[in-house]
Amino acid sequence: MVLSCLMGLSGLFAVIAGFTGLANGGGSIILPFGLPWLPMHLRLDALGSFFLLVIGALVLPVAIYSQGYLSHEKRLTPIAIFLPLFILGMMGVVLSDDAFTFMLFWELMSVSSYFLVTHEHQHPENRKAGFIYLLMAHMAGLLIMGSFATLYATSGSFEFSAMRDAQLSPLWASVAFLLAGFGFGTKAGVVPMHGWLPDAHPVAPSNVSALMSGIMLKVAIFGFIRITWDLMGSGDFQWWWGALVLAAGSSSAVSGVLMALQQHDLKRLLAYHSIENIGIILIGLGLAMLLAHFGHNTLAALGLIAALYHTINHALFKGLLFMGAGAVLHSTGSRNMEAMGGLIHRMPWTAAFFLVACISISALPPFNGFVSEWLTFQTALMAPQLGGALLTAIVPFSAAMLALAGALAATCFVKVFGVVFLGHARSDIASDAKEVDDWMLVGMAIPALCCLLLGVLPTVFIPILDHVPQLLLHTSLTSSSNGQAIDATQWLWLTPMNAAHASYSAPIILLGMLLLGGVAFWRLHPKGTIIRRSKMWSCGNPHTHARMQYNATSFSQPLRRIFAGLYQPDEHEHAERHQHALLTTRVKYVVHVGDMVVKHLYQPIGHVTLWIAKVIRHEHQRGIHAYLTYTFATVLLLLAVFV
Amino acid sequence: MSAPFAQQIIDGMAALTLLISFALLAQHRMLSVLNWFAAQGLLLAATAAVVAYSSGEYELYISAIMTFLLKGLLLPWMLWRVIRKLHVHREVEPIMNSGLTIMIAIAVTLFAFHVVQPIEVTSDLMTRNSMAIATACVLLSMLMMITRKKAITQVIGFLAVENSLFFAAIGATNGMPLVVEIGIAFDVLIAALIFGLFFFQIRNTFDSMEIDTLNASLIHKDEDE
Repeated sequence: MVLSCLMGLSGLFAVIAGFTGLANGGGSIILPFGLPWLPMHLRLDALGSFFLLVIGALVLPVAIYSQGYLSHEKRLTPIAIFLPLFILGMMGVVLSDDAFTFMLFWELMSVSSYFLVTHEHQHPENRKAGFIYLLMAHMAGLLIMGSFATLYATSGSFEFSAMRDAQLSPLWASVAFLLAGFGFGTKAGVVPMHGWLPDAHPVAPSNVSALMSGIMLKVAIFGFIRITWDLMGSGDFQWWWGALVLAAGSSSAVSGVLMALQQHDLKRLLAYHSIENIGIILIGLGLAMLLAHFGHNTLAALGLIAALYHTINHALFKGLLFMGAGAVLHSTGSRNMEAMGGLIHRMPWTAAFFLVACISISALPPFNGFVSEWLTFQTALMAPQLGGALLTAIVPFSAAMLALAGALAATCFVKVFGVVFLGHARSDIASDAKEVDDWMLVGMAIPALCCLLLGVLPTVFIPILDHVPQLLLHTSLTSSSNGQAIDATQWLWLTPMNAAHASYSAPIILLGMLLLGGVAFWRLHPKGTIIRRSKMWSCGNPHTHARMQYNATSFSQPLRRIFAGLYQPDEHEHAERHQHALLTTRVKYVVHVGDMVVKHLYQPIGHVTLWIAKVIRHEHQRGIHAYLTYTFATVLLLLAVFV
Repeated sequence: MSAPFAQQIIDGMAALTLLISFALLAQHRMLSVLNWFAAQGLLLAATAAVVAYSSGEYELYISAIMTFLLKGLLLPWMLWRVIRKLHVHREVEPIMNSGLTIMIAIAVTLFAFHVVQPIEVTSDLMTRNSMAIATACVLLSMLMMITRKKAITQVIGFLAVENSLFFAAIGATNGMPLVVEIGIAFDVLIAALIFGLFFFQIRNTFDSMEIDTLNASLIHKDEDE
């Protein structure tokens, strides 16, 4: 209880600090501890404030949710230690104002989340997932440190203010960009550095998965923006940086959702969707970087806003989805979608909140996912008009990828909601499920409400967000001085750039949907009509069985056919027959879709590493003559080199 | 003794030391290796005495006497005793054939001379020419450790490295401080005692004195499993 209270309070304060920081510009403080010659510099600027707001907006509901979720947890101590440290790490990263403090909090975040991932360490696969997570987190940390080292070499100081002033040569700027890109990309789960993510997210406790997927990946996005946009400066962008980010985003978006479609573990599926959404954020960022390079600062600001908007949206609905999955796990004890079904009758509130998140992530109006993806599309669609052969070539392609990812995501969540919540229970665990307690429901209600608010009132929220591009690009979307891209006074219509081009009014859409839905409902169910309930028609077969329902594997079968080249599914069919070839008694169909990147990239790297280790071990075990020879050769070499 | 004459003598002795290093490499019989090792110790003592006389650093006389007793008499005698007791006095059993070893040794010597050249230009000691030879001797002794199979030849190689370093110390700086030299001398003595003890133990445990057999029974055992 105390833990949840404190967590909730910290989340609340983070939200308040985030809002005030965005509105008033925040401030900075130098704490008197840290290294002897480098006290800790903390600063709250618009960028940090926004991410602090994102963190707080999810920590608060998760804290309330944890009160219910952890009520039956036996081993609370590790969670009580590492969960606050994890949150502290994330908040510290967004507040830090020197590289040392940044790395300190960054590693605090990585290491404490490792202990949370391996919370149920009695299962060997959890330990393996935790190990891979720790390994990749440390590689990411090393790359990020390399990026800071590059900046340090030019500026001569660990403080961000000095790094901002330093002028990097184009070559070193590219080195720093690549190191930061790969480092933060690994932590954010960008394809192909995503290998740890689908393993680590499902095995963590669900409240932790919500935080990891909802915020921790965003902290990596924050780090990337901090280094490339803030410390290196948007004026230094080279054209291929934006193109690279755009390509990484497009491939992550599509491959993430494609892999998600083939999962039947609910939390693993959500983990792959995190990869997809990180891809969408990166598409927005990449577009903004390209546009900033070509000097279209207003459009770049629009792209940046789209990316940031999707960041907070994803934090909210992915946090909500993981909390919903946690609620399902809590009452059924399983993550396997094939064992569920019909949960909407037993867990109506959870189902409702989960549906809100499903609609949001599928980018359908009137919820928030639509707004940010729509803004990303607007940015992408306006880019070609502004000329430049390169923009014309790349941008439509990634816009198409974004559209494909959006459609596939909708397919995927039709599958999730249909298989888990609709239909009949496929097993006893699903038919015995109970609605979760009020704490958890309240924890899910808050982000669901936020999803609706952010979806209906983007015109209120975007002016608040606008402080970030003001900081990074010195361009405002809302002020009338340079072009006035978005009219802040117009609360009803969201109009980026030009009313003739495109505009969107969420309140009107919502009103229209309510009217249309009401009329349809009234037409279908006039007052006084009794709804007739009877047994399902079973095509004349006397026996019906819950396993005859459409399930997760069969729903995704068409896509498995279409994208067979990408999936390379491992399918086995086995039929048992009784005396005659036509008298089939039992058919068994087993399919396994592995992650191609893991198979073709991670495993070879692992094999090569082991092979090198084996060779070195063999060298270690050579006789004394070999050692003497090494010594001799070393002496000769040192003499030759240094004398 | 005039300085150029002392210089001549020291250079001559250095040349002899180098010759003995080659001789150590080229020998096939264990006892002759030991004889040459003893000769190197005696030569070292003589060199120390000459340098002491010509430079007027009389502390070096003590060094010379210690070297004579320890490296010229005591260590060879101890190793001789070990060889007699263990009956290993036949062949040294080189890994490479001696022709190839000598070729490599010549190359290494040339390399040592090439490396030391910049030092000889800056030094003004009369023993400066011996630096290159001392370096070459160190490398040759190491080469001996690498190219021989038997444990005893490796110990002799190790002691020869120490001899060469001592020679380098005399050549480069007119000897180290006496305290240091006494310390090193005792270290070498203790090392030799321990080596001697180990030979007997190894013999008792593995019934062989060849490094490869030791490897086979100690290290490669777990690899085969």
